[in-house]
Amino acid sequence: MANGDAQHHILSVLVENKFGVLSRVAGLFSRRGYNIFSLAVSPTEDERFSRMTVVVDAETAPLEQVTKQLNKLIPVIKITELAASDAVERELMLTTVRAGSESRSQVTELAAIFEAKIVDVGYEAMTLMIAGTPDKLDAITDLLTPFGIVELQRTGRIALSKLARQPTKLRAVRDREA
Amino acid sequence: MKLTGAQALIKSLEMEGTEVMFGLPGGAILPVYDPLIDSSIRHILVRHEQGAGHMAEGFAHATGRPGVAMVTSGPAATNIVTPLCDAYMDSVPIVVITGQVPYTVIGTDAFQECDTVGITMPVTKHNWLVTDPQDIPRIVREAFHVATTGRPGPVLVDVPKDVSNQMMDWYWPDSVDMPGYKPNVKGHPKQIKDAARLMAEAERPVIYAGGGILKARAADALRQLAELIGAPVVTTLMARGAFPDDHPQCLGMPGMHGNYTSVTSMQKADLLIALGSRFDDRVTGKVGSFAPGAKVIHVDIDPAELGKVRRPDVPIVGDCRLVIQELVKAVESEKHKRDWPDLDPWWHQLREWQERYPLHYEQLEDGPLKPQFCIDMLRDHTPDDTIVVAGVGQHQMWTSQRWKFNHPYTYVNSGGLGTMGFAVPASIGAKVGMPDRMVWAIDGDGCFQMTAQELVTASAERIPVKIGILNNAYLGMVRQWQELFYEERYSEVYLSPDLPDYVKWAEAMGCVGFRVDTPEDVEPTIEKANSIDDRPVVVDFRVDYKEKVYPMVPAGGSNDDIILDPAHDKPGGR
Ligand SMILES: Cc1ncc(C[n+]2csc(CCOP(=O)(O)OP(=O)(O)O)c2C)c(N)n1
Ligand SMILES: [Mg+2]
Repeated sequence: MANGDAQHHILSVLVENKFGVLSRVAGLFSRRGYNIFSLAVSPTEDERFSRMTVVVDAETAPLEQVTKQLNKLIPVIKITELAASDAVERELMLTTVRAGSESRSQVTELAAIFEAKIVDVGYEAMTLMIAGTPDKLDAITDLLTPFGIVELQRTGRIALSKLARQPTKLRAVRDREA
Repeated sequence: MKLTGAQALIKSLEMEGTEVMFGLPGGAILPVYDPLIDSSIRHILVRHEQGAGHMAEGFAHATGRPGVAMVTSGPAATNIVTPLCDAYMDSVPIVVITGQVPYTVIGTDAFQECDTVGITMPVTKHNWLVTDPQDIPRIVREAFHVATTGRPGPVLVDVPKDVSNQMMDWYWPDSVDMPGYKPNVKGHPKQIKDAARLMAEAERPVIYAGGGILKARAADALRQLAELIGAPVVTTLMARGAFPDDHPQCLGMPGMHGNYTSVTSMQKADLLIALGSRFDDRVTGKVGSFAPGAKVIHVDIDPAELGKVRRPDVPIVGDCRLVIQELVKAVESEKHKRDWPDLDPWWHQLREWQERYPLHYEQLEDGPLKPQFCIDMLRDHTPDDTIVVAGVGQHQMWTSQRWKFNHPYTYVNSGGLGTMGFAVPASIGAKVGMPDRMVWAIDGDGCFQMTAQELVTASAERIPVKIGILNNAYLGMVRQWQELFYEERYSEVYLSPDLPDYVKWAEAMGCVGFRVDTPEDVEPTIEKANSIDDRPVVVDFRVDYKEKVYPMVPAGGSNDDIILDPAHDKPGGR
């Protein structure tokens, strides 16, 4: 399950909002044998650009090579490598949990503790929506598992660097900057 | 001025200085072939689209200018994928235009539709699908810019038929604006100083020159630096000629089939000065045991090459020519500050290796014709600035080892991809680009059969290339591996010396054909071939199939385990 440990790198990649860019980025990862752990693509405040938040598996992907190769893609404008400690990360999860009459109140209680929203209720189950850090989603998933998870979906994380500090130095292009 | 997309495309190619293009028309590109009739661009009609791509590459290799090819959609686009990949691996600037089915039917599996942009994404530096004829001048401008700047490479522009037919308002952009593409050409001053300092401390330096020297037109700068620091220079397959073979500091080719001194110099070096080279596995052998005692200075325009295989002590991102010029200045000022290390012991060692382990073969007067002998005779009986184009296999390695490349841009190769069939079309492209130079392709019998039909193109277009086939009746390089590593179990490598009959085939294609069976016929036949300048010539050299390429570092093995010709004594003291 997702967590913010050292196995993963978060790359925030600003790309031109053009036809085929996702395919170029995804293709580069598969071609070079890098595993993408999660990927979120969204428009930005500037309609010419989109932002991809790519979480890569550090085992398969030497970070420096990943960023250098990504930088060679022409629609890639800028890459920011976000260390977990320097980033605000959030992820959204929807999950349907078994919640019959005997367990419904317990599930509701858990939902309240985690500030989850109940977005759908059936006779035997309810669907929760939880936003938060990947750790928090991991935690509530663990706690909900004993009730019986029917379905679960996570968006993959999005991240921005924390404010009131220097933006993270892009370690990967040290060669160019040093 | 109103133009059709097709007219705008041709006009844009003219604006980019295109004088010649290689191609073959078809349905989706038909609109573009019409305005071509009225254009100043010479079009060379190929017999297979792979030929068009390799010709464009040969042209670019020989001239330094981008090669241009144009083909239709579907099967034509897939036929040109091999040359794109070849150009991508060897950083060759080519611009490929493909026709595409009308934009309105893309995605419907229309006749001859294929996802050309998708298929070629991994083998191009960048590619474009044109969706609006108004974009054509901008995209063509960008395409040439991307192909020729930074680390050069192939690009592709896919033009749907309806876009070619639609009208646009002509303009020519006076600049390119690509926010995500800004190659860094100037090396960082601090790194340059650090590099000069390492050079001033090295006792066993080696300059490891790669194809980037040629791409950056840095041969003169390289020579200046080499002479200044006195270090030996090894020239990789892609850099043969970047430093003259007749220069006393030149050690020749390193790598899997490099000569003993070149390979071993890197193993024993205390400093590798890698200039426009990329630590390819065919050079390094087993990476873990490559040049174990060497510090590394690595200069490349592509930041991703620095640290990809070997972590450099001093990485320098920049254009090889500009960086080397700066290095020369930095070394000069370093030389004022201190005594330069004495490289005599190093040179003494290198000369001893050269003497002890030269390349070796034997041509007996009445024995079978040796391929190495043919190459030596070609080398000695052609002009010094002859452009040599090799296929892929044993003949390529012998040529790389034995030819004396004394000028840059005289050796055209498929290095990274190792594409059999490269030589015939690439030599045609080279000759088109350099019509006043003699162009000899040295090809294998296997390679020749893959793209020989382009000699029809050469005859029709009066492009007098010369092809020497080192006909050993085998897929020789594969045979060599089966002999050495598969207990002489030969699997599917026999071709036959006389099926096809190469002389008749040459004649059928409008060329002059010669056959050479004996050593004494070699020289006179070369002289005859050299005297023909109105059509292509093919010489079928019937050579000994038993010859193997030595030295050899087995694939994945360490460079320390280099195998010499068994006729030689083994290198001792390891
Ligand atoms: C298109 C392609 N197919 C297969 C190979 C594998 N291969 C490398 S060398 C070689 C043999 C080449 O035979 P030939 O042209 O006769 O040259 P020789 O080695 O005999 O000199 C083969 C099959 C290749 N490099 N390219
Ligand atoms: Mg052969």
